[in-house]
Amino acid sequence: MTPILQPQSRVLSRRSFLVTTGGLGIAVAFGSVPDLASGAAMAPAAEGDFRPNAWITIGADGTVSIISPAVEMGQGITTTLPLLVAEELDADWSRVRVVQAPSDAETYGNPGFYGIQLTGGSESTRGYNALLRMTGAQTRLILLAGAAGMLNVPVSELETEPHRVLHPSSGRSLDYGEIAARALLPDPLPQATEADLKQSHRWRYIGSRTIQRIDVPSKVNGTAVFGIDVQLPDMLHGAVLRAPVQDERPETIDDAEARDVPGITHIVPLSYGVGIVGETVEATRRAKDLLNVTWSTTSRVRNYSSQRLLDEYRAVGRDFGQQGVPAHTNGDAEAAIAAATTVIEADYMSDHVAHATMEPMNATALVTGDRVEIWAPTQGPTGTQGFAAEVVGTTPDKVKVNTTLLGGGFGRKAEADFIIDAVSLAKAVEGRPVKVIWSREDDVRHDKFRPLEAQHVKVGLDAEGNIVGWRHRIVADSIFARTLPPVFEEAGGHDDVVTEGAKFNYTVPAHQIEYLRQDNGLAIGFWFAVGVGYTRFAIECVVDEIAAARGIDPVALRLELLKDQPRARKVIETVARMAEWDRARDGRGLGVAYSDAFGSHCAQVAEVSLNRDTGAIRVHKVWCAIDPGVAIQPLHIEAMMMTGITNGTGHALFEQINVIDGEVQESNFDTYRLIRMSEAPEIEVAVVPTPGSPFGGIGQAGLPPTGPAIANAVARLTGGVRLRHYPFTPERVKAALDT
Amino acid sequence: MTAFTINGQAVNVATEPDTPLLWVIREHLKLTGTKFGCGIAQCGACTVHVDGEPMRSCQTFLEDVAGRKVTTIEGLSPDSSHPLQRAWIAEQVPQCGYCQSGQIMQAAALLAATPNPTREQIVDHMDGNICRCGTYVRIISAIQRAAREG
Repeated sequence: MTPILQPQSRVLSRRSFLVTTGGLGIAVAFGSVPDLASGAAMAPAAEGDFRPNAWITIGADGTVSIISPAVEMGQGITTTLPLLVAEELDADWSRVRVVQAPSDAETYGNPGFYGIQLTGGSESTRGYNALLRMTGAQTRLILLAGAAGMLNVPVSELETEPHRVLHPSSGRSLDYGEIAARALLPDPLPQATEADLKQSHRWRYIGSRTIQRIDVPSKVNGTAVFGIDVQLPDMLHGAVLRAPVQDERPETIDDAEARDVPGITHIVPLSYGVGIVGETVEATRRAKDLLNVTWSTTSRVRNYSSQRLLDEYRAVGRDFGQQGVPAHTNGDAEAAIAAATTVIEADYMSDHVAHATMEPMNATALVTGDRVEIWAPTQGPTGTQGFAAEVVGTTPDKVKVNTTLLGGGFGRKAEADFIIDAVSLAKAVEGRPVKVIWSREDDVRHDKFRPLEAQHVKVGLDAEGNIVGWRHRIVADSIFARTLPPVFEEAGGHDDVVTEGAKFNYTVPAHQIEYLRQDNGLAIGFWFAVGVGYTRFAIECVVDEIAAARGIDPVALRLELLKDQPRARKVIETVARMAEWDRARDGRGLGVAYSDAFGSHCAQVAEVSLNRDTGAIRVHKVWCAIDPGVAIQPLHIEAMMMTGITNGTGHALFEQINVIDGEVQESNFDTYRLIRMSEAPEIEVAVVPTPGSPFGGIGQAGLPPTGPAIANAVARLTGGVRLRHYPFTPERVKAALDT
Repeated sequence: MTAFTINGQAVNVATEPDTPLLWVIREHLKLTGTKFGCGIAQCGACTVHVDGEPMRSCQTFLEDVAGRKVTTIEGLSPDSSHPLQRAWIAEQVPQCGYCQSGQIMQAAALLAATPNPTREQIVDHMDGNICRCGTYVRIISAIQRAAREG
């Protein structure tokens, strides 16, 4: 199935703070866009509202509406990005409303992320912050100019406080609403420059510990509207029976019993399954179970068995005769390793893991002639337009996408399969909207898992123990070959997300990273932290293996390898202090790991114990120090670290998808094990920003260090027993203890 | 037709008696605060109260609630003022928020029976409710806060 990620061409100049007097000619569909702050539909912008640009509307009552270009899937971005606008606009945050952007990559695409309007990769704050801060600053200049005219004073005599323009020498002032309603604006409008941005000491909101997330109130009383909650007049329900093995097709469909279920209106044969439409959700679910379908048996995915393939991948990693595509080359690592005194060599592996967003895949669509309207929890609204248009045989501009809140995304909702379901069924029943909700079983079995992967790492040390060369071979299928074939081909068969995180900031004189793609047909996708989630597992464990070989402390070794990097050293030193690294614990071990991925520095220490009889690991506590550059919302950064650490623990200990002959063996939470409260560690987070540094990504930064910190803790607890295969199931732990 | 009370309102629902209460609540009565997570009582996202007891509505059927009183997140308080709702905001618990209705309904049953639960009692009572965003640390803090502040 094709995913939503699509690079789009973009003309930067057209986004450059385009402003015209009397409102801007950009069609913003306020009417049906959910207002995130209240969960209610936002009223259309009133006639006469001042819309200085595509991002901001100021009502005569002073209400400032700010567009969030990124979607909310729990990462808090619909607070973060508008807050940056409000900061520079000098708006009163309590008078700001946030509006979800319509699908319009030209206007709302991420300037730092290929210009696409897709939320992912921890790229939103990094990509949008400069644009949004400048938009806020420019709007403030426009308000100042308008006020100058109204007060008949020079702009230079004016200043702002939240939501007001002041003329200190006369004591007069104007609310932003008054200016928006009455000001005559100069032509041309003032243009903001870097110099108009606030100095960090003047920030009112950035860094504040009192700013709450705008979406939280609606999430404690049931009013938050997720995709699955969409209710439309005359709406039908849909369900899709999918082939048990990817890429198989229905050959015969016996729908006699399904049709007899009261309320069923349509049975819709699809290329990849069979759709059912009916008046109630329960009818469609019943009917789906009553379908008798024989499937084709030609898919090559039938040859896919994950444990057998993983053995093969490991063998490929070890076989230096097989050359990979270079992902990064600095010096001649192999020659350096050949001349080394000591060589450390290890395989690290991970099984597939599933996204299992708490909100299962779902979407609602209405097809009317060549027009399509979609309501969906999608990470990629503009990609959605393209795929929907393809299903219906129309053009993307005739597809309107209403992005709802997402009940978790983690990369899964960047795919298009659930959108295509809804549009396909809506097309079959034209004129009535259809809501399709996947079962949890389908959600797990038909996920786009994190890649099955093996890594081989080979490091050479000289007589003093210094690293002289580092080779890292990553063996996995490709995500980009499926989702972005042109990008994959242009990179010469390299997959940037699959090898993401392999390039590190440790000082090594020679470093070589290779990618050995294994094309086995099963669709794999973007999972929380993507490649970084496993590449840092290998790297951080190998660093500890080096420390053990040298007989030195793992914290000390990292500080040595990062001696020129103060931000990195700061988080490692901070977390070591928090965890009282040097204090021995009876029956418990501490392990450390560090990551500089996503533009943020994150170090963690895990405290674990081990039941040697059962092989069960218990993670008691994780300490975390995070330097995100600028800490926009420190309280929320703490929460995001908790997400990363809790899932980092869960995926290291429990999460595992097994595929046998192309069939996914797990199907629901009874077989696909997510971490529960009783298994989750206590967590302590220190947010330690570095003023003056760039805005880092936060969404995924907390996950990568957790697993290796756990593995390193187990090794230190057991006198060197290494766990090198995610997840650390009790059987694997026992096997490691026995060798 | 099956008659029962939901959030203090008497309702009659015309669908098969073996329909999961979850779908009755969400799609017939349009109270969408109660969420579908798994359908097999493994995640707790669909937790509601039936005569004050926390129940997984995905595995409770329409016929089971005939004549009984069902409370959903929408009926927990008239104005989001339940101590847990206030504590949930104060602690900024929700991230994606999808599981949180179920978490709050499950926690409300705990506090109703055990106004000052220990940490162990909280964990034990809440262990059937999965949060994929890993908000467990703050859920515990919020329940403790609600118990403290009432």
